[in-house]
Amino acid sequence: MNTSNHSPGSDSPEPASAAYVQIRGLRTVLGGKLLFDGVDLDIPRGKITAIMGPSGTGKTTLVRHITGQLAADAGQILVDGRNVPELSRRQLFELREGIGYLFQNSALLTDFSVFENVAFPLRQHLRLPEEIVRNIVLTRLQAVGLRGAAQLMPAELSGGMMRRVALARAMIRDPGLMIYDEPFVGLDPIALNQVLKLIRTLNDTLGITSILVAHEFAAVRRAADLVYLIAGGKIAAHGHPQELAERDSPWTRQFFGGEADGPVPFEYPARDYALDLGFPAAAA
Amino acid sequence: MTQPRRSFQVGTGLFILLGFAALAYLATQTTSVANYTDGDNYLLKAKFSNIGQLKQRAPVKLAGVRIGSVKSIELDPQTLEALVTIGIDTRFHEIPDDSAAAIFTSGLLGDQYVGVQPGGSPVAFKDGDEFILTQSSMQLEDLIGKFLVSGDSSKAPAKPDAADPAAKNP
Amino acid sequence: MSRRSLTGDALAQVGAAGLFLFSILAAIPKSLRHFRETLRQIWFVGAMSLVIIMTCGLFVGMVLSLQLYYTLAKFGGTAALGTVVALSLFRELGPVVTALLFAGRAGTSMTAEIGLMRATDQLSAMEMMAVDPLAYVVAPRFIAGVIAMPLLACVFNALGILGAHAVGVSWLGLDNGTFWGNMSANVEVWSDLVNGVWKSTVFGAVIALIATFQGYTTPPTSEGVAYATTRTVVSSSIVVLAIDFVMTAFLM
Repeated sequence: MNTSNHSPGSDSPEPASAAYVQIRGLRTVLGGKLLFDGVDLDIPRGKITAIMGPSGTGKTTLVRHITGQLAADAGQILVDGRNVPELSRRQLFELREGIGYLFQNSALLTDFSVFENVAFPLRQHLRLPEEIVRNIVLTRLQAVGLRGAAQLMPAELSGGMMRRVALARAMIRDPGLMIYDEPFVGLDPIALNQVLKLIRTLNDTLGITSILVAHEFAAVRRAADLVYLIAGGKIAAHGHPQELAERDSPWTRQFFGGEADGPVPFEYPARDYALDLGFPAAAA
Repeated sequence: MTQPRRSFQVGTGLFILLGFAALAYLATQTTSVANYTDGDNYLLKAKFSNIGQLKQRAPVKLAGVRIGSVKSIELDPQTLEALVTIGIDTRFHEIPDDSAAAIFTSGLLGDQYVGVQPGGSPVAFKDGDEFILTQSSMQLEDLIGKFLVSGDSSKAPAKPDAADPAAKNP
Repeated sequence: MSRRSLTGDALAQVGAAGLFLFSILAAIPKSLRHFRETLRQIWFVGAMSLVIIMTCGLFVGMVLSLQLYYTLAKFGGTAALGTVVALSLFRELGPVVTALLFAGRAGTSMTAEIGLMRATDQLSAMEMMAVDPLAYVVAPRFIAGVIAMPLLACVFNALGILGAHAVGVSWLGLDNGTFWGNMSANVEVWSDLVNGVWKSTVFGAVIALIATFQGYTTPPTSEGVAYATTRTVVSSSIVVLAIDFVMTAFLM
């Protein structure tokens, strides 16, 4: 398809050293289904790269490969120069200390208050005086606008607030790479814009390399510098969001235009309809 | 933040303490380690030629009423008799000093205890006194031996419900 | 489902649980850094189980006293009541009943808690924060089970003895000195009391292993968590009773 189509501009993935994450020949079979078949992908440093695609194409699986939570069947995944599939568990943990990960459902620890949730990575990995922990946590909570909610429990928060707390927690240790897994799902337009603004601000002010997994194109085009569209186990298209939206290909047209049927079929693969209904004549 | 954490630690500490207290209680109160002490009491001594199955902490009874317990059982190195120390509750302080001590069995399979049979002396026992009249435990072997050899003894009368051969004592 | 696949499933579960035990043991050194979390878990599984353990201990002791008095009276051996009560409590009933109660009270909550953490991605979140859930979540609960269980069994035994004493001495009129005297004369610290403590330590480890294993491997759905909780109670009860028999046979 349009895999070979290349976008112009500064976000060219060609110079390998500029890429924070570099994936070559990724192949994954999950639950008997071929999820990725030779995916090549580069996440440039200091940019927000969006990974988009229809539901079920394995966007989350892809980021789980990057963080080493899930092993791929074949391929090379270089994160900041280290090949993830070859890392030991201890090395993986070292790698993850430099990665911030925002979960789809926030995944706050329900036993702890907002403050303790945000402080959790600090307490686990560094022995800091309580006063410093307090200052760092409150600065981060202030950044997401929830300093006043520090003593609340996660159950007392709305979905948008939980997402913001999770964001504060993910960035508490100044990660080199931030991964946002479906950060906009289930948020109302206000909360969505708040999260969007935070992601953009973080990137602009701290220069953090960001991976944004999402399927809301309207939101993505306002934040992302580069978009990868995954479909059918391959990179269907990539480029600047604006440019991608204007490109004329069946994938982009269907995905960005939101057409019900297209290269992504409306129907799940099935036997012949007439045969299923028991009309043998029609099958012939 | 530090507040609930501190209370967890205190509570957990208390729980562990309680568990060990329970273990200590069981070990000291219910097992052979036990060193039982009850209320105020005074000590009397009694020598028996044979104490049978008498155990420490066995009850001491007078007219069937418990008045104290066996404190210790030792062997007198000189007389080669069992030296039994008995603790009597201080409220039973008017036991005549010519009373006799005997070792009885409660029931057929029951445990042995020290029975005190009051004498007629106007003077009461004091702390550290010794029973002059004692009767040893009725061992089945002894009874048979006694019956066969008909050896005399100067001991106090056996308990009435004991085996027949004892009845021929004065 | 065929019999063979059922046996196969069961074997696979046992094997997986065995491997899980090894990974817990391997994670214990790392979990020592989360000492506070272990304390917190001892509080949850131990101190929070005290009420049920104490109540049941008291009643078990009382009914034991009543039943054994009735039986011993037939042989004129009521003097042995204290001994028999203490021996049956320390050697058998204390560890086993405490273990069954522990499985129902603490085991289920461990399974449900870990299962829900799995279902809400909290375990993945920890992995992503470079915190090993085995060291932070599972191992502290395992250690707490191993520590709390024998302590609870001791509390259960103590309350049982008190209950037996109340019924035997205060109600049925047995002699106080005979009760304690016979007991202390015939109960040995090491072969009876500590024997039971050993048993309960093993039971604590087994229940904590089953509970954390079920929680950790549950399918992340509400149905999965519900099934896992049930399985915790059922398998812990069976395994505890089976191990009890084996241990008794060897520790006699």
